[in-house]
Amino acid sequence: MSSTISIGGLLRRPEAGAALGLVAVLIFFAIFGGMTFLKPAGMASWLNVAANLGVIAIPLGLLMISGELDISVGAMVPFGAMTTAVISGHYGMPIWIGVFAALGFGVLVGLINGFLVIRTAVPSLIVTLGSLFAVQGIVLGLTVLITKSTSVALATEGPAKAIFGDFVMGGQLQVMVLWWLGLTALYIFFVHFSPFGNWIFAMGGDKISARNAGIPTERLTMMLFVLSATSAAFVGMCQAILYNSAQVAGGQSFIFNSIIAVVVGGVLLTGGFGSVVGIFFGTITFAVVTQGIYYTDFDRNWSSLIIGVLLLGAVLMNNTFRKMALSYAPKKGGK
Amino acid sequence: MSNPILALRAVNKSFGPIDVLHDITLEVKAGEVLCLLGDNGAGKSTLIKIMSGVHQPSSGVIEIDGVACPLPSPRAASEQGIATVHQFGGTFPLMSIGRSFFVGVEPTKGWGPFKVYDRRRANAIAVKAVQEFGITRIDDGDRLVGGLSGGERQSLAIARAVHFGARVLILDEPTAALGVKQATHVLRIVNEAKRRGLAVVFITHQVMHAMAVGDHFAVLIRGAVAADFKKGEKTREEITDLMAGGASMASLEAEIESQMAQA
Ligand SMILES: Nc1ncnc2c1ncn2[C@@H]1O[C@H](COP(=O)(O)OP(=O)(O)O)[C@@H](O)[C@H]1O
Ligand SMILES: [Mg+2]
Repeated sequence: MSSTISIGGLLRRPEAGAALGLVAVLIFFAIFGGMTFLKPAGMASWLNVAANLGVIAIPLGLLMISGELDISVGAMVPFGAMTTAVISGHYGMPIWIGVFAALGFGVLVGLINGFLVIRTAVPSLIVTLGSLFAVQGIVLGLTVLITKSTSVALATEGPAKAIFGDFVMGGQLQVMVLWWLGLTALYIFFVHFSPFGNWIFAMGGDKISARNAGIPTERLTMMLFVLSATSAAFVGMCQAILYNSAQVAGGQSFIFNSIIAVVVGGVLLTGGFGSVVGIFFGTITFAVVTQGIYYTDFDRNWSSLIIGVLLLGAVLMNNTFRKMALSYAPKKGGK
Repeated sequence: MSNPILALRAVNKSFGPIDVLHDITLEVKAGEVLCLLGDNGAGKSTLIKIMSGVHQPSSGVIEIDGVACPLPSPRAASEQGIATVHQFGGTFPLMSIGRSFFVGVEPTKGWGPFKVYDRRRANAIAVKAVQEFGITRIDDGDRLVGGLSGGERQSLAIARAVHFGARVLILDEPTAALGVKQATHVLRIVNEAKRRGLAVVFITHQVMHAMAVGDHFAVLIRGAVAADFKKGEKTREEITDLMAGGASMASLEAEIESQMAQA
């Protein structure tokens, strides 16, 4: 019953492994790369990577906590970017139409994913593998058909540029970082403080019992798929506005990278366990490794090795901590 | 004593061409434990799935408080106060005791969109509810359900059902996977639920466990009620004999010996 903070209590939290992993990675790069990557310019480089990844990783992580998976995010990023660029760049319509169309397609693909998952017995990995390829095909096919090109330029000015695709604080930090921090705070509230968060964990623990307990599991599943697809479209849309162009390719790296961030962040692959803070740490860890390597003497190709080792290490550590949490029983009279 | 809370009248169930239940008529009364005995495959699980709204009877009637009342879904059954606790009790092993206790009906504090889950209150109520069932070792609502022993998990699930107003408690083989001490625990809690006036349907194939808590017994053989009797009307040997449906007495003796060694 006590709410005193103890080392044991911290280690039993889902984000324990991610926090330790992050500290280890920071120490590693501080030793081999000096402190440059912790100075403003260095920090901007990995914060930008973390922000774009994190906006997608958290809803993906929530889906994984609820027992599902969404790999179609890899196609939704270019889809969001290309929708914005074609509508507001190629056709020259107002940017807000492009913005809402991109988000609207995100909602639509999320609804389709969610509907297929709850109406068929097909696992969400397969459903979203299908929509990954389908959406990739649509993006490539339509873009070439409409623009006769695989890259579309887009010039944005005014508030839309400032809100979605600009640099802030002296010109190195993407505005996405602010979105990411704000969204993370919102997710933390909804998942860990509002009563609804409990439903996501219950679904991942046992979907049938959750439904029998009165949780609208199907509606919640749909919502989570909409959230992940729309978040990915949002990131793509923002990137198109930031870089003033969109490409049909790219985006696939988000699939593995966000799953890595989520798993390093302590989310159990089979669902029912994890935390937003953990995913947040996992995302930063991933970004620090991929960007920190530039500040060391190592060739950047080694960063994949580090990420691989990190992933395995984090999973093993998370398993250990989860076992500790499971077997934890307070001793009478102790602390 | 009183009128039955839940009754099945001439219930049949078939899955396509397979007839699983034949003409089942059973009653459960408040403050009474009905033990459903039967070998593996006798149809016990199918029967309780009908009582809990998972399956619909192919024919026959379910009555609640003497009135015909179909149970089209598990939701409908739980709204009628029928709660099912499965073999492993806690279904959310990685959730805390407090959170799993209140899944779907989370207590909140604060107002409007800033309502937050009231962890302290949830934990306190959950812990109090299990402790009232005599499980005093559970005193921290932040512990994960998966860390509890099998008996404690069963107790938690039963306490939860009772807390949320269950009138009929269906326990599907609650003691099958438990050791002697844990099973005793669960049996004590079954007695406590009965003392509080719940109707309990207790499914088991361990005669010893049934005899420890049962007021009323029904033996199911190949989907039909082969015997229906009250406490004290039959000896353990007779019950075992019935369950085995005509196996030789010698092999029964051996079986009883081993069961007694287990229990
Ligand atoms: N959904 C189903 N479809 C077809 N047959 C089933 C189904 N459920 C149960 N049965 C059959 O009904 C019989 C009784 O099963 P069950 O109720 O699980 O028995 P018990 O719980 O007493 O061991 C078994 O022969 C089983 O194969
Ligand atoms: Mg069974």
